[in-house]
Amino acid sequence: MEVKQLKSGVWTESVNVRDFVFNNITPYHGTHDFLVGPSERTQRLWEICKEATQEERQNNGVRSVDTETISTVSAFEAGYIDKENEVIVGLQTDELLKRTMKPFGGFKVVQKALSEQGLEPNKSLTNLFSKYVKTHNDGVFDAYTSEIKKFRSLGFLTGLPDNYARGRIIGDYRRVALYGINFLIESKKADLENITGPMSDAVIRLREEVAEQIKALKEMIELGAKYDLDLARPAQNAQEAVQWTYMAYLAAVKSQDGAAMSLGNVSTFLDIFIEKDLEEGLITEVEAQEYIDQFVMKLRMVRHLRMGAYDEIFAGDPTWVTEAIGGMLADGRSKVTKTSFRFLNTLYNLGPSPEPNITILWSESLPQNFKDYCAKVSIDTSSIQFENDNLMRENRGSDDYGIACCVSYQELGKSIQFFGARTNLAKTLLLALNGGRCEFTGQQVVDGIPEYTDEYLDFDKVMANFKIAMKEVARVYNDSMNIIHYMHDKYYYEKAQMALIDTNPSINLAYGIAGLSIVADSLSAIKHAKVKPIRNEEGLTVDFKIEGEFPCYGNDDDRVDLLARQAVADFNNELKQLPVYKNAEPTMSVLTITSNVSYGKKTGATPDGRAHGIPFAPGANPMHGRDKNGAIASLNSVSKIDYKDSLDGISNTFSIVPKSLGSSEQDRIDNLATTLDGYFSRNAQHLNVNVLNKETLLDAMENPGEYPQLTIRVSGYAVNFVRLTKEQQMEVITRSFHESM
Amino acid sequence: MLNINNCHIKNLDNTLRVHSIESFGTHDGPGIRMVVFLQGCKLKCLYCHNPDTIQTSGGTEYQIEELVGMALKMKPYFGKKGGVTVSGGEPLLQSKELVPFFKRLKEEGIHTNIDTNGRVLNHFTKELLDEYADLVMLDIKHMTEDGYEFLTGMRNKETTFTFAKHREASGKAMWLRYVLIPDITNKPELLHAMGQYFKDYKTIEKIEIQPYHKLGIHKWETLGWEYQLKDARENTEEEINAASEILKNYFKEVKIN
Repeated sequence: MEVKQLKSGVWTESVNVRDFVFNNITPYHGTHDFLVGPSERTQRLWEICKEATQEERQNNGVRSVDTETISTVSAFEAGYIDKENEVIVGLQTDELLKRTMKPFGGFKVVQKALSEQGLEPNKSLTNLFSKYVKTHNDGVFDAYTSEIKKFRSLGFLTGLPDNYARGRIIGDYRRVALYGINFLIESKKADLENITGPMSDAVIRLREEVAEQIKALKEMIELGAKYDLDLARPAQNAQEAVQWTYMAYLAAVKSQDGAAMSLGNVSTFLDIFIEKDLEEGLITEVEAQEYIDQFVMKLRMVRHLRMGAYDEIFAGDPTWVTEAIGGMLADGRSKVTKTSFRFLNTLYNLGPSPEPNITILWSESLPQNFKDYCAKVSIDTSSIQFENDNLMRENRGSDDYGIACCVSYQELGKSIQFFGARTNLAKTLLLALNGGRCEFTGQQVVDGIPEYTDEYLDFDKVMANFKIAMKEVARVYNDSMNIIHYMHDKYYYEKAQMALIDTNPSINLAYGIAGLSIVADSLSAIKHAKVKPIRNEEGLTVDFKIEGEFPCYGNDDDRVDLLARQAVADFNNELKQLPVYKNAEPTMSVLTITSNVSYGKKTGATPDGRAHGIPFAPGANPMHGRDKNGAIASLNSVSKIDYKDSLDGISNTFSIVPKSLGSSEQDRIDNLATTLDGYFSRNAQHLNVNVLNKETLLDAMENPGEYPQLTIRVSGYAVNFVRLTKEQQMEVITRSFHESM
Repeated sequence: MLNINNCHIKNLDNTLRVHSIESFGTHDGPGIRMVVFLQGCKLKCLYCHNPDTIQTSGGTEYQIEELVGMALKMKPYFGKKGGVTVSGGEPLLQSKELVPFFKRLKEEGIHTNIDTNGRVLNHFTKELLDEYADLVMLDIKHMTEDGYEFLTGMRNKETTFTFAKHREASGKAMWLRYVLIPDITNKPELLHAMGQYFKDYKTIEKIEIQPYHKLGIHKWETLGWEYQLKDARENTEEEINAASEILKNYFKEVKIN
């Protein structure tokens, strides 16, 4: 057989992984029949991992913590699960599941997280950070205005990355495998040489950043050396390509603990090396799958030190190692390769799992065999999510992108995004009804909204007030973001990830909103029924009386769906008016994390009849149980939100009982694949799919020990169901499970 | 409201009397379907799991164009196989109104399917069978006249077979459906008899076995009716498989639904 030669191109001369993939990919149209089970070595390793994760669960979610060392790219000595069985090596520390201190986001958070485990940091570190070293968190609070602090503490702005790392930046980890680090250093040095005066703030900052990146690259070489790997040179074969890519990712998760640390889109890239080795007869399918299984196993073992309060927002200890799989190339070829299948196969070889957060870039044009296999994996494991490749590629411009965090497009190596957390849009609506005062405390939050005293709510008046509230909330939100990202760059710069991204990339600031369905239904009630606010002595609304019927979002009824669409457009337009740090482009997502429970607690009764404390629906979902016209009507409503108004994503979580998908396995596969085609043909952006019976979840609540790997999609990510709190589990169970009669 | 002689439910012009609509039907025909359950049936099958559709009064009048509009909203999800199924009740009690409904669906390129007991064969039905129904799912209740009467409360099972012959002559696709009840319909001699009767039919693509279940009982109670099959039991997996093996001798495909 002729030995496969790599086709050269732009990538041979300069850093351009996309060009390498484009020129050397072998799209695969066949079935999953070629796949193999886990090797014996893989099985042995996985047994150890399963035992360790069980110990972790039994030990209050933390197996061990290092309290002596600040975690950096090269801080720890090599660590192994069981060295002789590992074909892909590398752990965040010298021990499996050991969590570490990354104090530059905020030292107090580290102290708090440790004290919850009955531990404290090394005395000299405490001394250093309390007297001499400033963190991101310190910087932000030095600059925060009292207004921002008020918005934050009252719950208008939530989950702000001001005491933990912002994450979301995806390094192009493939670069280390393709070029080797020496080449990358040379390339960055050349960039630095070209960043010249006049020395404005921006130019000085960029010079410093690139210098930091070069240091990080050198540290990565040291990291490799600890495992006897020569990362300075390019990977020479498939095993090295996987290993090098993982080492690059490892450098990121050793030095940063951002909420979401996506992997990118590595499977297609790695396939080129695997195909070459297979053709040359150097390896067989067993080794190919073994590399991927062990790589994925390592990704499943990534951990960060978190405090309890963090888990209330981001339930289930997620790490968002998001890997995007599939999609189409600009020339119409599919990006599906055998290694796309191999990644999905890990969900059988190692069992279901929330991490890595496997995201299928879905296009109607994907090979049918791949579509069917994705549907099968989704039905069997509820571990994967789907995003509309055509929509993102056509609107955002590149066919080489990953998914930052849950649902957001990010071109690899060319652009980054600043994580913008979320504002509570339902609470913002209540400002409009309470003269700009917080519905709980009565504190004046926003000026310029007239006190509302009418007996019944009038739609036009409410809308006028709501617009003022949105404008003001957007202004304060933007202020907070500018401060946060300025300080994050200054005190906790992601030098390892940024070293693997073009110098001076384009940036988007990813704002977000929560509570869309509540806003839509509330506006619908005010417009189509009669809503009478019940006010306390201070004139604050504490409840609402609804007379008459009103259409609810989720039933494919334009009378309310267009109110949802308009609310998204309006808030996005407010954000777009405001200048952003580093000239980032403002974008927005409709996305919540599992914090639906805490959002519910922090938001008073709303005009849609929702009582104070009732959890929000996830993302852009209709409210629990209000989508009464079946699955398709529910999907259609969400698909009406315009992606152009919400370029960071519109998350929809869809749960269906297996029987409702069809009576045979083949029917269920066909019907799920067809549903995805249908949903995305309407320009919808994202779908999480759970194929589960409620009874399974109820049983798992009673007998968690029997369901260690039960995985459920929540909102843009997946969790181990048994790692959620009871309250969070109940919220998931009360969501609409589509069931036919 | 009901004109018994014509065996037909009278409706306002261009409307159908609907019991309920399922927007994600995956058990009533191929692919994902909008299933329109029409109100009213002349039979009262002992195992009926939608007994609230039996009464010919009640239901909601839907304009045909309204139903077409709903189908169009679901069309992207129908894919290559799915479409619209009319079920019931007995949909052909409203065969006159189904003609313009199916005609419109065909104009929109939507696959059409009738789930029927095959007892109504007027000229509207014939028009549907010959022209507008892409698929007919014909429910075979029982192969003996006494068994038929026991289950449905009506005699003259032959009408179903006449119906089948007419569809066969149209050359268009047909599925058979058979509710499998231990000791009542799940007997080897009955299964063989059905196979023998239909084995030469060219339009029958498959037979769907619907194992008897008791899920409908509470609906009977709600209606204040006595559920007479209380003593019947559900099939074991072995019984279902045994029935399936017999039918495989006669039919291209046997599906357990």
